[in-house]
Amino acid sequence: MRVAGLLLLVAGWAIVLAAFVMLGAAAPRAAFVAAGVAIEILGLGLVARSHVSPRESKR
Amino acid sequence: MNPSAPPPSEAATVLVLACLLLVPLAIAGLALINTGLGRSRSASHAMLAALCAVSVAAAAYFVCGFAIQGFPGGPAHTITAAGKQWNWIAAQPLFLRGLALDASPACLILWLQLLSVALAALIPLGAGLDRWRLGAASASTALLAGLVYPLFAHWVWGGGWLAQIGFVDAAGGAPVQAVGGLTALAIAWILGPRRGKYSSEGGLPAAIPGHNAVLVLFACFLVWTGWLGLNGAGAMLFGGAPVGALVRVGLNTTLSAAMAGLAAAAITRARFGRPDASLCANGWIGGLAASSAGCLFFTPAVAALAGLVAGALVVFTVEWLDIYGEIDDPTGSVSVHAIGGIWGVLALGFFARSGSPVQPLAQIAGVATLLGFVLPLAYSLNWLLDRLSPQRVAPEGERQGLDLHELGAGAYPEFVIHREDFLQR
Repeated sequence: MRVAGLLLLVAGWAIVLAAFVMLGAAAPRAAFVAAGVAIEILGLGLVARSHVSPRESKR
Repeated sequence: MNPSAPPPSEAATVLVLACLLLVPLAIAGLALINTGLGRSRSASHAMLAALCAVSVAAAAYFVCGFAIQGFPGGPAHTITAAGKQWNWIAAQPLFLRGLALDASPACLILWLQLLSVALAALIPLGAGLDRWRLGAASASTALLAGLVYPLFAHWVWGGGWLAQIGFVDAAGGAPVQAVGGLTALAIAWILGPRRGKYSSEGGLPAAIPGHNAVLVLFACFLVWTGWLGLNGAGAMLFGGAPVGALVRVGLNTTLSAAMAGLAAAAITRARFGRPDASLCANGWIGGLAASSAGCLFFTPAVAALAGLVAGALVVFTVEWLDIYGEIDDPTGSVSVHAIGGIWGVLALGFFARSGSPVQPLAQIAGVATLLGFVLPLAYSLNWLLDRLSPQRVAPEGERQGLDLHELGAGAYPEFVIHREDFLQR
């Protein structure tokens, strides 16, 4: 889950990067940036969740 | 004050130098906050770690940091994509070779960046209080100051691709505050919580209060003074502000911090029945972090609004990360610097009068880069360091306190009673 989350973070950033490099029009660029950020939020949630220990094995 | 522009006036140079001389106060203030919010049995360790982090950051930035970051208009490597050249890393010589070391804009930028990277290096220390080995913290700082910070700072301030798409940050809301704060998040995750913070039976996490509130609150005044210099120098060197704009920068910085401190006091008063000193201090610093990006572009009303929101964000996210995220961050570094800094960057895009319709999207791209590049990079590098040599101190050292365990002597040998109320037996 941790690795998947980190990969989603990087993938979301790549979409944002690609939007700025490849798309000229404002509307599709904004849509792709929004999609990239959404994927990053998903990835951040996964990484955060992977660091929350299950109740029975907490320190 | 772009290096390719005409040389700055003597008055402007003197003012930048005066601002730069204030910045070490912010560094000292953050070191005091880290110390005061930690336990008394690790107080010397926290202060020494701050000194070591500043030293290592300066050394790493001298060796390769500035070579990676460079300055606007300086030599750089580019990639051609979709018919356009994208500047991604500077091509300065290592060890600061080739610089005249005079009062030119490039050298003033070098000095400001040496101080900024030292400030950024202190932020993760707060998240690793009471359990981060001195050697591991120094190694982690070297990676931050020698690679992560300069690369992102080049993209923002060195004419890199973020600057090319219109991203703006006058004084370090993203490169200093958010990069430091996200590195702090990575460190808190990798180190794990302090022993006894979370119970195996569930329930709320244990509150482990800092050992000296006076240090922390006094440090807020130091940090404010230092921040006036940091924002002033950044606005002139990176924002191209004229001398007269320093009044606006100083007003905005102060208003943002004041409103954030008030917001934190009001919210904690409403929720807990009385203002919480450490959260008020966190709110104050969060307001300063939120002011960095837009201090030159905000109107006073927007600066006050940015501070108000930052103060509220800090109070709520400190609690949320602690309880639901199980992120043991003794100084609230993640909330104060990462969330405060990112909020400031976004506020610049949506509320400041930059005059560019693409500004909000450019600012969002900057935040996306922080989350999608800086955080994974900082996490991966520190995870690798942890594999090579554990970053966390041994359980015995944590029980004993880092002062005795790593330094051989306590900070307050005659006054401290070692309480172990927070340790599970």
